[in-house]
Amino acid sequence: MTSRLQSARQTDSIFRTEDLNIYYGNFLAVRDLSIDIAKNSITAFIGPSGCGKSTVLRCFNRLNDLIKSFHIEGKIYYHDQDLYASEVDPVEVRRQVGMVFQKPNPFPKSIYDNIAFGPRLLGYKGDMDELVEQSLKQAALWDDVKDKLKAFGTDLSGGQQQRLCIARAVAVQPDVILMDEPCSALDPISTLKVEDLLQELKEKYTILIVTHNMQQASRASDYTAFFNVEANSKGQRTGYVVEYERTEAIFQSPKQQATQEYVSGRFG
Amino acid sequence: MTAPDFATARRPGSLNRKPTSPRTLFASAMTVLSIFFTLLALIPLVAVLAYVLANGLSRLDVAAFTQLPPAPGLGGGGFGNALLGTLLTVAIAAVISIPFGVVAAIYLSEFGRDTRLADWVNFFTNVLSGVPSIVIGAFAYAVVVLTTGTFSAVAGGVALAILMLPTIVRTAAEALESVPNDFRQASIGLGATRLQTTLKIVFPAAVPAILTGIMLAIARAAGETAPVLFTASFSQYWNTTIWQPTATLSRLVFSFATAPYPGQQELAWTASLVLVALVLVTSILARLVTQRRHK
Repeated sequence: MTSRLQSARQTDSIFRTEDLNIYYGNFLAVRDLSIDIAKNSITAFIGPSGCGKSTVLRCFNRLNDLIKSFHIEGKIYYHDQDLYASEVDPVEVRRQVGMVFQKPNPFPKSIYDNIAFGPRLLGYKGDMDELVEQSLKQAALWDDVKDKLKAFGTDLSGGQQQRLCIARAVAVQPDVILMDEPCSALDPISTLKVEDLLQELKEKYTILIVTHNMQQASRASDYTAFFNVEANSKGQRTGYVVEYERTEAIFQSPKQQATQEYVSGRFG
Repeated sequence: MTAPDFATARRPGSLNRKPTSPRTLFASAMTVLSIFFTLLALIPLVAVLAYVLANGLSRLDVAAFTQLPPAPGLGGGGFGNALLGTLLTVAIAAVISIPFGVVAAIYLSEFGRDTRLADWVNFFTNVLSGVPSIVIGAFAYAVVVLTTGTFSAVAGGVALAILMLPTIVRTAAEALESVPNDFRQASIGLGATRLQTTLKIVFPAAVPAILTGIMLAIARAAGETAPVLFTASFSQYWNTTIWQPTATLSRLVFSFATAPYPGQQELAWTASLVLVALVLVTSILARLVTQRRHK
């Protein structure tokens, strides 16, 4: 088993990790992660539960900082800036790197205010009505809600709520959008809508998506990283990347036995 | 796999209820017993309300609300100054305790969670809520009355504020903690700072529950006698400033109920009725505020 992985060949990378080890206290959650994330692409993280996919995702916008025992070894570069350098302000990072969560989490405010929240924080001076409309259109939600922008975001259906959260993330015009199993709480039709949306969004943004749905990874992503998990002698389960390649390669001609077994549904 | 063969599957016995079976009889007996004790527990509440209502209604007239207490031995008059004094001291107490309490709760729930300091604040809040109210009154007497040289509405307000503080801190902290973490993460994920997240997302979501806690604290403070006994003290006259002895309803009841004059005793009952009504209305308002949130 190779621990040092070849990165998928890319020309322009947004994120680059070097020998990244992620810890919660003494517990090593993810080890030896060295990957490049390509610009204007969709990169999917797949793998069994507990293998650290979400943990890795949350390193890219420093959301793990909220957990006290969290720390890393190694480097994460964002456009060649060291993301964890002491002079980096995590709040600034999160303004560049937006996030959509597993469970739709609109604020208990109107649809309009949900979208306007981020831009207002940033002191957006332009036409807020137009920005709200644009963001909702980008999230393919405008036609559903254009007549009820004052309605509560929490009153929408699950699929609409998740698209509202995507619109909210898009409204601050980030560089990257992280998605942590964005469709796991949605029905198949809403899921397809979100997937179609991803294809449009990648024109403007770089997208990282964690998913348990392998069809989703194969349908929607350009690159796929397959994570697996290994227990050490003390029973601590550490995740690592088995294989990271173009999505077709992962699903049609995986190099590793474990990847082959996982994508064909024989394990995991 | 084939479908189960229903013809040979086990047939269940009769599903009908059997009212005479020992199990059903026992359940019925226990139900009756629990209803009986519940009613028994309600008797003191109903008795107090009925007694206060029966004795207090006779003097529930306009004069009771608008006039000063009568001279000893005379009938008529009212407790207008005491009603005003109760509202005044409680208002002073609210102005002091709400900002302190809510800000402390925000620290406990949002910024200091799991810190040593927060643990200590929590501990002392619990201790404070257990301090007898007469001790709080004595403290306010020493700190405010003795230093300013006069009984006053402010001294009473300070005593009631200390009494209200633990309730407000605890209910507000609970209200903030019950705001789902999803909202905090969403806000932080959009590039909000912790302060922005707290002020714009978490606090607004918790406001109804915080208001409920404040109302309940106010209702309790309005009825307290011991803290105002020797802080606001008592007065036969209208207040012109907040720095003079001030009558309150609870203190008036205390003095007049034991006075040897029927006129004063009647007023004490009516004042009790008004005090109960005040507390009841505040509690109901608190309920309504919470319910509106669930709509």
